[in-house]
Amino acid sequence: MNSLPNSFRSGPDERGHFGMFGGRFVAETLMPLVLDLEKAYADARVDPAFQRDMARYRKDYIGRPSPLYFAERLTEHLRAIAAASGRAGGAKIYLKREELNHTGSHKVNNVLGQILVARRMGKKRIIAETGAGQHGVATATLCARFGLDCVVYMGAVDVARQEPNVIRMEMLGAKVVPVQSGTRTLKDALNEALRDWVTNVHDTFYCIGTVAGPHPYPMMVRDFQAIIGDETRQQMQEAEGRLPDSLIACIGGGSNAMGLFHPFLDESSVEIFGVEAAGHGLDKLHAASLTGGRPGVLHGNRTYLLMDDDGQIQDAHSISAGLDYPGIGPEHSWLHETGRVTYLSATDEEALAAFQLLTRLEGIIPALESAHAIARVIELAPERPKDHLMVVNLSGRGDKDVPQVGDILKGRKT
Amino acid sequence: MTTRIDTRFAELRKQERSAFVTFLMAGDPDPVTSLAIIKALPKAGADIIEIGMPFTDPMADGPVIQAAGRRALNAGMTLTKTLRMIRDFRKDDDSTPIVLMGYYNPIYIYGVETFLDDAKAAGIDGLIVVDLPPEEDSELCIPAMKAGLNFIRLATPTTDDKRLPAVLANTSGFVYYVSITGITGSAAANSAAVGEAVGRIKRHTSLPVCVGFGIRTPDAARGIAERSDGAVVGSALVDVLSGSLDADGKATAETVNMVADLAASLAEGVRSAKGGVKTSG
Ligand SMILES: Cc1ncc(COP(=O)(O)O)c(C=O)c1O
Repeated sequence: MNSLPNSFRSGPDERGHFGMFGGRFVAETLMPLVLDLEKAYADARVDPAFQRDMARYRKDYIGRPSPLYFAERLTEHLRAIAAASGRAGGAKIYLKREELNHTGSHKVNNVLGQILVARRMGKKRIIAETGAGQHGVATATLCARFGLDCVVYMGAVDVARQEPNVIRMEMLGAKVVPVQSGTRTLKDALNEALRDWVTNVHDTFYCIGTVAGPHPYPMMVRDFQAIIGDETRQQMQEAEGRLPDSLIACIGGGSNAMGLFHPFLDESSVEIFGVEAAGHGLDKLHAASLTGGRPGVLHGNRTYLLMDDDGQIQDAHSISAGLDYPGIGPEHSWLHETGRVTYLSATDEEALAAFQLLTRLEGIIPALESAHAIARVIELAPERPKDHLMVVNLSGRGDKDVPQVGDILKGRKT
Repeated sequence: MTTRIDTRFAELRKQERSAFVTFLMAGDPDPVTSLAIIKALPKAGADIIEIGMPFTDPMADGPVIQAAGRRALNAGMTLTKTLRMIRDFRKDDDSTPIVLMGYYNPIYIYGVETFLDDAKAAGIDGLIVVDLPPEEDSELCIPAMKAGLNFIRLATPTTDDKRLPAVLANTSGFVYYVSITGITGSAAANSAAVGEAVGRIKRHTSLPVCVGFGIRTPDAARGIAERSDGAVVGSALVDVLSGSLDADGKATAETVNMVADLAASLAEGVRSAKGGVKTSG
């Protein structure tokens, strides 16, 4: 067993490693671009003008800070469940309302940062991959705002199941390219975006949507998302006068989770839970890379992946397009191995149930992705005492999922 | 340590000509046909044979090589079977250099040390691993050098003079110049630009420089061979292979011959080039 680090917040090292995870596993053609980006981001990070721009657009364009909302009826509902089974508990549940951001999810926090970096680098053409379409919509939105060309790669399966977002991206002026290769989901969209980048090296900026890819992406995306945790800390201080006791977030690549978790990693009193997609179940098709995978190398970094004994990447499955990815950001792999964060999973069915519960109890329709986190809250909250403060990252709103969930529920009635 | 690759370039230097390098995917369209094709290549004029290791997520490959990898995986190809295939090839050919080309994950999962032992024992001479830049040399490049295998690096149009020394530092066998920014199967670079780039690389190394990506015809192969130490052809061969298959994607009686015939005419193009190996060493 490795000895535990002094801080969980000091990574990555200068080569982009979080323990054994991370790195820069890209083709030579891309390596100079990755190094340029590393330098441009390092410069931006310490430039007060960049920080000022970030602060201004966060406030006036995204609408930050997002509220930290006490979910009173969900709390009472779960306390009643606890009481019915003879337990006295039921944590006090707060929702971090990332779904209220402009474009409807946390994805825009990262895109704003990357687009401002792209502008500093003089790049005129932006490419992105997307699963649920939320990252694609956020990218298309900021490209419209700054007058940049935008091409979004999206698996053909996801184009079909997240149609509202495809329409939005096209209205915003982006070109959406349905990807027909491989499993036609998020992993293949990422492959296709990398193929575009390797071809259009001179004018193109690759805006990755999660804490994955070669260094510096996992670090940079985490930094841009850490506003979620920073605000939560301050808002909880104002609301309750102390730190939260637990944090919980869903995990596709892991950006909304990392954004919430990172500012709290060194607070040993705070329990932290990530929720992967268990799809049809962990013994069937799923997307739980940490629970069901092992370390390998894909998309520029070493991390936990779903694969077979020959190192071939396996198909992932989740009802939610944004979690349907056979990998996970490298920092999560490291937090898993060090034991700092506990990784759980939720099935398609559990997420669907949680989706409906939150909608009915709080009048908030969550994204199917976020519903995976709610699904585990339903179990964890009744086991915690009433003075336990639990924060759930409500990473996105469910408008994009309404047609898909509507069809599923209608199919069950008939 | 002299490898089959070093020996082959020394011979070519004597003959004053450039190398014809072929690329095909191991196990495409099935392991038996694939071995038959590889066995036919030296006779068709291939000086060096690159063999792709199939991978589900070939990030640097275009549709043609992606499809080849998929056919191979569907036919049950694995890294273990690829190594076995090379062992079989070596039974009747101990001189044609074999270079494995692909992505890191299957090797990482096989286990780097075991892989190097098994690759060496199978008669493999060099490795090209697309997603291992010099920044990750400790993963496989350094261990491969120690095991006596050439680690052949890709240099690209984005590899500038400042970066070239790092890219060349642990490279051996030859340097593979990727003539375009893009994926396999893309349009070719013009040969004047290629000549310039090869000259630039040669100012930094005495290793042979072979050029690939986008070479499809004997004429194009000749043009590249006149400006470099070798022309690499992949997608064009895989295209012909794919065109020879039946409606179910299975090999036909023509498959091996069609690939060998194209290889022979490409080899003719390379051999008709004026110039030849310009390497000093
Ligand atoms: C609302 C929402 N939550 C979560 C995710 C998963 O991504 P990540 O794990 O990077 O937060 C997505 C991805 O599309 C999303 O749209």
